[in-house]
Amino acid sequence: MSLEPMHGTASFEAHVLPHMGAAYNLARWLTRNDHDAEDVVQEAYLRAFKFWSSFRGTDSRAWLLTIVRNTCFTWLHQNRKPSLELTDTMPELTIASNPETLLLANVDSEMLRRAVEELPLEFRETIVLRELEGFSYKEISAITATPIGTVMSRLARARIRLQKALVGGAV
Amino acid sequence: MSCQEAQALLNAYVDGELDLVRSLEIEKHLEGCPACARTVENHQTLGNALRAGSHYYQAPPRLEHRIRAALPRSKRISWPLAAVAASLLLAGIFVDRMVESGSRRNLVAQEVLDSHLRSLMPGHLADVESTDRHTVKPWFAGKLDFSPPVADFAEQGFPLTGGRLDSVNGRNVAVLVYRRHQHLINAYTWPSAGSPDSAVGKSALQGYNLLHWTRGGVTWWLASDLNSNELESLANLLRGP
Repeated sequence: MSLEPMHGTASFEAHVLPHMGAAYNLARWLTRNDHDAEDVVQEAYLRAFKFWSSFRGTDSRAWLLTIVRNTCFTWLHQNRKPSLELTDTMPELTIASNPETLLLANVDSEMLRRAVEELPLEFRETIVLRELEGFSYKEISAITATPIGTVMSRLARARIRLQKALVGGAV
Repeated sequence: MSCQEAQALLNAYVDGELDLVRSLEIEKHLEGCPACARTVENHQTLGNALRAGSHYYQAPPRLEHRIRAALPRSKRISWPLAAVAASLLLAGIFVDRMVESGSRRNLVAQEVLDSHLRSLMPGHLADVESTDRHTVKPWFAGKLDFSPPVADFAEQGFPLTGGRLDSVNGRNVAVLVYRRHQHLINAYTWPSAGSPDSAVGKSALQGYNLLHWTRGGVTWWLASDLNSNELESLANLLRGP
């Protein structure tokens, strides 16, 4: 029983504001900067509010993160030199031998953060949505407008890259 | 399962994206393959390290103030309005009771649709692939606490293509997979002793058609992108004369 029109400010605040943490986390990983992340999240919220009346789904977190992600991409496109690494040029690596599980388990938290930051954008967003937000492949596919097969391969390659970066030559 | 096949599925295994049958196949492979077992261990260790470290960026408290301030303000609620609201709330409780069975049906509809969408992912459609009901029916034996009716309607244009186990409405259910031209139809069935017989109920969710009915203590749900009329033909075949 709502006192507000179903899609008014109060209902928006009640349903969408609670996901601000997730919105900020994603924006912070994609922009790699505190200040930019705040601006992007605010802009994404204003955009989300405009579309709130047409939202018919059940998962407002995935819906909001789709908007945050698109806002980030627009923002990055406008504010960065084309140095954005959008394609994966690194050769495919497979892990063959392995005393490195131990190394991985003890890896320095700062080193791991930097390794994730250095991933190409599309790998970074996939690993953040999967490991930090816990989205399924289907949900990631919807949020990033990418086929599920591509989500899977990005995740696989991101993991190999991170492990490679963290344990270096041991892999 | 060969090592090459397993390798392609290790990430999906780590992420819990495989169905039970495939997960068990992977686990069996891991027992005999140290290389794949290490890859799985590495992926899990990496995931744990990402989640355990302080890698989740915390939004500064001022951000919420900024966003609230930027949104258009809604009007304050006046006291008389609040009183009206309170009485509406009470009325609402009674209405809620009345629509409870309806909303439970909606919940099942959403679960059926979610399961249908999951089944469309590669490798998720069928645990047993066969057009022969004499293969499909025994496959369910011992996997469920009931024996689902299995029929093939190839002659009527709805060939049976397989079956699988799934979970809907808090219980394990049998799923029969039918095809109509290039459209897939998932038919979910489970016993619902004590439920009265019902006519075929129709709904549409996210562009998919759902039909459901209960007859003779058995509940059925059909989910497909097939048009509602043709889907109802299958419903009539399953309902029998």
